[in-house]
Order: sequence, then C-alpha cells, then structure tokens
Amino acid sequence: MNVNNRSSVISVDNLSLTFETRDGPVHALSDIDLDVQDGDFVSLIGPSGCGKTTLLRVIADLEQATGGSMLVNGVTPAEARINRAYGYVFQAASLYPWRTIANNIALPLEIMGVDSATRKQRIEDNLALVNLTDFGKKYPWQLSGGMQQRASIARALAVEPDLLLMDEPFGALDEIVRDHLNEQLLSLWAKTNKTVVFVTHSIPEAVYLSTHIVVMSPRPGRIHDVIVSDLPRERSLDIRETPEFLKLANRVRDGLRAGHSYDEAV
Amino acid sequence: MVNAAKPIFSRIERILIIAAGLSAVLGLTGLIVQGNLDGRLTVAGAVIVLSVYLGHQIIVKSRWSCGTLFTLASLLATVILLEKLAPGSAKETSPHGWGYWFLVIAAWLIAWAAVEQFASIRTLSTAVQWFLRLLIPLLFGSWLLLGWEFVTRGLDVPQVLLPAPSVIAERFGNSMPILWADFKQTFLKAVLIGYAIGCGAGFIVAILIDRSPFLQRGLLPIGNLVSALPIVGVAPIMVMWFGFDWPSKAAVVIVMTFFPMLVNTVAGLAASNAMQRDLMKTYAASYWQTLFKLRLPEALPFIFNALKINSTLALIGAIVAEFFGTPIVGMGFRISTEVGRMNVDMVWAEIAVAAVAGSLFYGVLALLERLFTFWHPSMRNSGHA
Repeated sequence: MNVNNRSSVISVDNLSLTFETRDGPVHALSDIDLDVQDGDFVSLIGPSGCGKTTLLRVIADLEQATGGSMLVNGVTPAEARINRAYGYVFQAASLYPWRTIANNIALPLEIMGVDSATRKQRIEDNLALVNLTDFGKKYPWQLSGGMQQRASIARALAVEPDLLLMDEPFGALDEIVRDHLNEQLLSLWAKTNKTVVFVTHSIPEAVYLSTHIVVMSPRPGRIHDVIVSDLPRERSLDIRETPEFLKLANRVRDGLRAGHSYDEAV
Repeated sequence: MVNAAKPIFSRIERILIIAAGLSAVLGLTGLIVQGNLDGRLTVAGAVIVLSVYLGHQIIVKSRWSCGTLFTLASLLATVILLEKLAPGSAKETSPHGWGYWFLVIAAWLIAWAAVEQFASIRTLSTAVQWFLRLLIPLLFGSWLLLGWEFVTRGLDVPQVLLPAPSVIAERFGNSMPILWADFKQTFLKAVLIGYAIGCGAGFIVAILIDRSPFLQRGLLPIGNLVSALPIVGVAPIMVMWFGFDWPSKAAVVIVMTFFPMLVNTVAGLAASNAMQRDLMKTYAASYWQTLFKLRLPEALPFIFNALKINSTLALIGAIVAEFFGTPIVGMGFRISTEVGRMNVDMVWAEIAVAAVAGSLFYGVLALLERLFTFWHPSMRNSGHA
C-alpha cells in the first residue's frame, strides 16, 4: 500500500457503533474497515442514515464506537482530539455572533494558547486563503451564508491541522457558491497537501474533489465500496464534462444503487 | 409628481386638527364671554388659532415645522390656562366654566397633533432618531402631568385623594434633605447592596449547580420554594434576624433577587446549541474555557433579563420591607407614616423619587445590555448593523 512512503492517518478496523434507543438498538455503523493515507482526499457518500456523519464524528471523538478499533495518527481518537490533531468543519458555520470574523478565527488559537503575534499572522493568512481579507472586522451575521462557511473553514485551517474533517460543509449553500467553494477547497488542498475526510451526498461533488470515494449504504450503516479516482490531482470545474469524470460518477451511482441506497425507506 | 397624488393627511390627523382648532375657538370664546380674558391673553389666543390653521397648511411640506408650531401653540394654551389657575387671578369670581375646559381640551388635542407630527417623521440619521426618541416621550409625559394639573385644580379635587403635580413639586422642593436621607437609606444601602449580593449569589450558585448534578437536583427545588415565599411574611422575620436598620431590608432584597438570577443563569448556560459545544470539544477546550468563551456569552441575554427584572423587584422589596419595622428614615417608612398623617403630597414625592430612581436603574441596565448583547438577534436592528 505505502508505495509513496506515505503513512496511514486514519485506520479503521471492524468498527461498529450501536445507539441504544427506546425502540431498540440502532446499528449506525457496522463492519467498517477503512484506511486513509497521508494526503488523501476521501469523500464519504451515501444517503441520509448511512452513518457517514457518524463515522466522521467517531474519527473526531464526538461519538464513541461500541466495537472494533480506530487509530487516528496512530493513537485513539480521544487522544488525537486532545492532541488537536484535526480541524473540523460543521454543516453550519457555527460562528459565535459576539465575535468578529477575525476573532472567530482566533478562538481556537486562544484556546490552544497560541501567542497573539502568531494569532494575528494566522488570522491574516487564513482570511486571505478564503478570500475574506476585508471582512475580518465584520460580525458573522453581517455576512452571507457562503462567506460565513468560508470563515468557518478559515477557522478550522487556522490551527494548521494536517487532517481536515468536513461534514457536508457546503450542503446548505446554492450551487453557484458551492461550485466556487469546491474549486477553492481543491486548490487549498493541492497547496497545503492536507489529508481531508469529506462527507457529502452529492455525487458530482464527491467525484470532483476526491482521490478516494467511499460509498456507504444504510441499515445498518456500512461501507459498500471504495472507489479510487484516476483523475489528476490538479482539476478544474470543466473536468466534470469529461468521459472519465462521468464514468466515475456512474460507478458511484451504481455503487449506491447496489447498496440499496435508492430503495424506499421501510 | 407621483408624490403629489399621495394622500398627505391621514384621516386621524385631519379630524385631530379640526377638533383642536374648534376646541381652541370654543375655549377662547368661553373665556371672553365670561369676561375672563384680558388683552394680552386675547392676542395669545389669536396666535393659537392662527398656528393651528397655519400648521394645517404646512403639514404637507414639513412635519418638523408643523410639529414645532403645534408644540408652541399648545404651550401658549398652557400659559393661558396656568394664568387662570394662578392664585389671585379671577378664579374666585368665575369658577372654571366651559371656556376653561374647552381650552384644556384644545391644548391637549394640539399637543397630541404635535406628537403625531413628530412621531411620523422618518429619518436615517441616528442623531435625529435619538433626539426624536427623547422628544416624543418628553412631550407626551409633560402633557400627562399638565393634564393632571388642570383636572385636579380645575375640579378642586381634595388633596388627600390626588394632589396636583405643582403641590407635589413644591413639597418635593421643600423636603430635599429628608428625601435625600430616605433615598440614601433605602436605595443606596438596602436596594443596591441587597441587589448586588442577591444577583451575585444567584449567579455563583447557578455556576455551582451547572458543575454538580447533585446540587441541580437538591438546590433548584429549594430555590423554587424560596422564590414562592411571600415578602410580607419574610420581611418581619428578617427584621427580627437582622435588626431595624437597612441590613434586614437588604436581606429581603437578597431573598427576592436571588432566585430570578439563579433560574435565568441556569437557563442561559443551557442555551448554547450542540454544534457550538461540539466545536469547543474539537478544540479540546477545558470546562472553564468553554464556560467563558461560549456558554457565558450565550447566557448574557438571560442574565440581563434577570438583572432588569431584579432591579424593579429590589426597589419594591426594600420599600415594602420598611413597613415592618425601621429606624425613622427610609422611603417605605416615610410613605407609611405620611399616609397616616394625611400628608399625601409627601407620599407622592417619595413615589416620584422611587419612580425616577427605578427608571434610571432600569435604564442603565438596558444600556449595558445593549452594549454587551449587541450581537443578539433581538438587539441587532438598533445601532450596530
């Protein structure tokens, strides 16, 4: 596997997670095996209820697995969280309304005890990275939804994590903004060579962004297939018109269908 | 050109102005018929009627000038009325006849029309908005007082029932040292100290409760019980425990303010949503970091709510507590003794002190709230954005 001498960032072995509810146990995740290598862009795709967000939350130690094992950077997810191994981008921007955009980006840095000079530098760098340089002094509620989400990405990047976990970060945005942010995210990833785990339910988004597409299926949540993309690392939005892209998208769609993702929920 | 087609007067404005002008004419006629208007005041009366007519004409062009004109006209009417009420005027020979009452109605209607004009001014300038926000309640409030004056004196209402504002003001001016001593005793000592301790304790206990589920189950129900205690029952007991002086009143205030603060802070600390807390968790933030950087800011609107509720509760509590034993100073003491001596004007003077102090207290808190929770959706429209 390690042809390029790359190391495993996340390795999941026979992981399962069962929620105990009043209506009996719910198998959110079962038999999950996954290996994410340094520098990968891995998308988790599947219908709602397939456990893709839950899997991401287990990686982030926001949920705990009930069976199997998982290592993040070679340690347990809990230790990795304490080591501040990752940056997490939620479905909503979740910026604090009493802080300016710049101070929102400073929040994790303050918590991690980064000194103020470094803090200032990182705010500036990351605002520039997401094209929000002139908006540092604004409050979140003065910005559009797309700008807020960009600010939340800048906040996650400001801690300079090697691993970026993103939970449908562009799900609530319109398609035009979404295309634009996808393009920016990809160039960011190419520039910084981070490892990204990205949850989505959009096939074009998954194919456009990823090096690996993990197709998941529901009831119980499990991995149906892992598709390795043969698209080049450098991609423009135009690539979505090419036969290679469409072929990959079809494979993903077939995978979802074979995993009964298109069946009516019972 | 398009604007010209728009109806400029609202129906209410039209009715208001016609009624105001009519009452002014009727009132002045009444005063003249009763031989009650000398030359000087006749001129003033003519100016009033003219102003209303002119205001009616210029209302289209500028609500500012119209409002100002109406204010002046109303002021003139007030001057005439006060002249009629002044001691030594022709009051004895002619009791307040229909002329007087029509003029009162006219002055009131004209003032109403003036407020109506100012209230319908739309402007983007913040300074002007602030000015109007002060001016309108000021005009409205002063007319409330004047109306009170004209009615109580015009009808010769017995002082024990309702003294005229001028009588209260006179008593107020003559009793400054007593009022100040009472204010010091009740407000500066009992209210402020009790308020600070009560709110502070409520806040600290809320944080302790947040930390410990044991306290949450044990203390909250007891707090609930304490808040349900009737103040008239608590006050005499506090007097027995802490003596006649202000500490017993402060203790009553503490009992009254503690629980609203506790409940609101507990609710406020629970106000942050799951995603915000997850975010802090991904940063591996400590309990205190999460508290100070997320949960307390999120709780601020709740805390200010409690501070505002408590500001009025504290004043009521301290005044009522003084009914149950006190040294011979304090606002509650003064109210209860002066009522017994039929000095109702002094009671009203104390009420005025309490009202002004309470409003200022509340106002300062509201300003602080605006300063600290400007980001909250309920505050965003005013000022910042």
